[in-house]
Amino acid sequence: MASPFLDRDLYVRPIDAYIDPPVPRARAIITHGHADHARSGHGAVLATPDTIAIMKARYGEDSAQQFQPLEFDTPLQVDDVTITLKPAGHILGSAQVLMQHQGQRIVVTGDYKRLPDRTAQPFELVECDLLVTEATFGLPVFQHPDPLDEIGRLLRSAAAFPDRAHVIGCYALGKAQRVISLLRDAGYDAPIYLHGAMIRLCELYIARGILLGELKPTLGTSKAELAGQIVIAPPSAIKDRWSRRLPDPVLAVASGWMSVKQRARQSGVELPLVISDHADWNELRQTIAETKAGKVWVTHGREDALVYHCRQQGLEAEPLNIQAFEEGEEGEPDARGELEE
Amino acid sequence: MRRFAQLMELLALTPSRNRKLEALTQYFAETPDPDRGFALAILTGALSFKNVKPAILRDVVLAEVDPHLFALSYDYVGDLGETIALIWPHHGGTEPLPSLSDLVELFNMTSKSELPRLIGSLLTRASINERWALVKFATGALRIGVNARLAKTALAEMSGKDLQEIEEVWNGLTVPYTDLFDWLSGKAERPDIDHTARFHPLMLSNPIDEGKDLEKLDPADFVAEWKWDGIRVQLIASKGRVSLFSRTGDDIAAAFPDVTESVFGDAVLDGELLVGAGFEPLPFNDLQQRLNRKVATAKHLADYPGFIRVYDMLFDGNEDIRALAWSERRQRLEAWFQNNPQTRLDLSPVLSYRDWEDLAEIRRRGAAEQGHEGVMVKLRAAPYLPGRPKGFWYKWKRDPNVVDAILMYAQRGHGKRSSFYSDYTFGVWKGNEIVPIGKAYFGFTDEELKQLDKWVRNNTVASFGPVREVSKELVFEVAFDSAQQSGRHKSGIALRFPRINRIRWDKPASEAATLDEMQIFLEPFN
Repeated sequence: MASPFLDRDLYVRPIDAYIDPPVPRARAIITHGHADHARSGHGAVLATPDTIAIMKARYGEDSAQQFQPLEFDTPLQVDDVTITLKPAGHILGSAQVLMQHQGQRIVVTGDYKRLPDRTAQPFELVECDLLVTEATFGLPVFQHPDPLDEIGRLLRSAAAFPDRAHVIGCYALGKAQRVISLLRDAGYDAPIYLHGAMIRLCELYIARGILLGELKPTLGTSKAELAGQIVIAPPSAIKDRWSRRLPDPVLAVASGWMSVKQRARQSGVELPLVISDHADWNELRQTIAETKAGKVWVTHGREDALVYHCRQQGLEAEPLNIQAFEEGEEGEPDARGELEE
Repeated sequence: MRRFAQLMELLALTPSRNRKLEALTQYFAETPDPDRGFALAILTGALSFKNVKPAILRDVVLAEVDPHLFALSYDYVGDLGETIALIWPHHGGTEPLPSLSDLVELFNMTSKSELPRLIGSLLTRASINERWALVKFATGALRIGVNARLAKTALAEMSGKDLQEIEEVWNGLTVPYTDLFDWLSGKAERPDIDHTARFHPLMLSNPIDEGKDLEKLDPADFVAEWKWDGIRVQLIASKGRVSLFSRTGDDIAAAFPDVTESVFGDAVLDGELLVGAGFEPLPFNDLQQRLNRKVATAKHLADYPGFIRVYDMLFDGNEDIRALAWSERRQRLEAWFQNNPQTRLDLSPVLSYRDWEDLAEIRRRGAAEQGHEGVMVKLRAAPYLPGRPKGFWYKWKRDPNVVDAILMYAQRGHGKRSSFYSDYTFGVWKGNEIVPIGKAYFGFTDEELKQLDKWVRNNTVASFGPVREVSKELVFEVAFDSAQQSGRHKSGIALRFPRINRIRWDKPASEAATLDEMQIFLEPFN
């Protein structure tokens, strides 16, 4: 193919715009609302209406000078580039960016997953010449199990320990709502309790049409009432003073990283739930093959293994090594064992 | 296999000992023979498969997975067994995995050349969690925080039998322990075991309460011995075979061939394992060089020769003399030494004293001049009773050393304490600098822990992950058993068994101890 019209720092040359830039830029296309992709301070932002709502809720109404909503599957002509946002299935509003220019098709996946999730618009496969793929779980040891099986483990544990609260550490945007929706799909209809940091984004999801059932704040709920209940909290809170208000809590963490038991054990997680909003190794490989891209750029995660795999398949592949300026949404738990997602 | 996999996962992930115990108890109660016996064997390290080695499993995986990707993955996961379980690329076997007993049969019966195919098919049939447990079961490398003692305690809880009784028969049993489970469930008599192969539970002592006990006890009814600073062992010599067990019944004979190969005569003896040439004990630190090793190196054997200071006898030849009084057992023991001259065993001397005051003085001087941990006080008429019976054996430890030290760092605890800063590093003055001398995480009440946690959070000057550095203002009175020179610590001193004696909210840091003052605590023979 001709040399790409996209630079390796995800700068779209013909229209002078960046995709998910880590520093403020005049023009930005934002794939989704997580902090390592969406930052405040840009000039003009192009994103899905859900993503814009999330950015406004997190960073403020005027966190960019101008927000331009673009619905999924609606081509937008900017100069001689056609931009289409395609669902990525990662979180509410998350998009892949398809760009067409002089016969060349480039897709930037942002973060994505292909498993069904009713809190996010379902992933659509887009064929392209150059694929810029995420690689958060880009190692063959990451083979995510069926999330409903994981919820089943949670419910069995809740039944086995009726005097204890089950507190699930997960990220406030996306994972929290996914876990709640999975619990509801599994038939769990009791109220689910929320740490204060979870409330605003759950309300946003509900306002945008995602059913989450009855949610209650832990604040103002007595320790006795929380026995046998499920509580959702940020990972940082479950090991801090906040958790003392819970009755003998079972510490659960919902994350793709939880598949490595020895790690979960070292971080004191009693019930690791392997529930991820990212493609696992098999999905990453499947997607790369199905897009029929001849050229693959790998970013956000474990680039080495995926680049190696692509080259084994005869594809042109490069790591991008874009520096993340902030801890990722599902960033790897750091060496200290603090489970920040 | 599913049930075993669930058990393994719970054991690996729950930090609470009680909950591990509950899970084990429930598993043993619900699982039929012989599967529960094989599970017990794997948990106690009594089962291994000659041909199933991690290297074979790795080869099986490398036939299916690109070696470079495997290397990257192993590097990330850090544990070979877990990497294998996570990376296996084939899923969706329809048949469930075989039971534990069938697995044992398969692993034992399958030829080396057929093993890779068997392992591959088992990995494919397993679900993700089962695969993890399967690899651990096959290789025996559990790393799930369970030891033999905990598994046996669960058996005791399940059956209502005494743990000591289970320990009594344990070493004579064979996998899969059907006779044990029959006895535990009341279906059969207690298994009859040849004593020469088995560990006999030890008689343990209670700490003496100087204020209450001494005035009630007649010094003439008792004898005293030094409390030796080694590890308690049981030596079993019978028909040319010598076994050496730690106080928990672990067989440590392989690490001390110099001792076991020297024993002459038949007996079951109770004593203290020490190191040093010519029966001159070296500090505990030196003994540690030889502990927790599977085998001893030539250098260890030369630098730290082992010996046992014997203080009791359970069997004289084949005769069980545990029902006899201490004084009679001691006579038998002395006679046995007369008849069987030893090169690596000697007798712990009996101390003569007039009254408790006299013994207190002996104890004080022994600590100050020879570094003895204290004295043991034993009732002359006492039989040898397993467990910790009251009123027979007392330990009278020397007074702890105390030092005023300054809190430097605090770290979050584990389990119940994971939201509290409960592990404290403290130090003493070295000129204008404070150097760490140790770490302690107990000795305070729950209420004090809350106060300390609050103080740490309000006085943090820097954070390093779970560790907080605090302003150097709070003084602890730290008690410890002894101090030794240590090249590993910046202060050059290592404390043995340090604990927080008192929190000196009142004391300014400037009045804490100095490193120079600590020198008097160093063991005199160092």
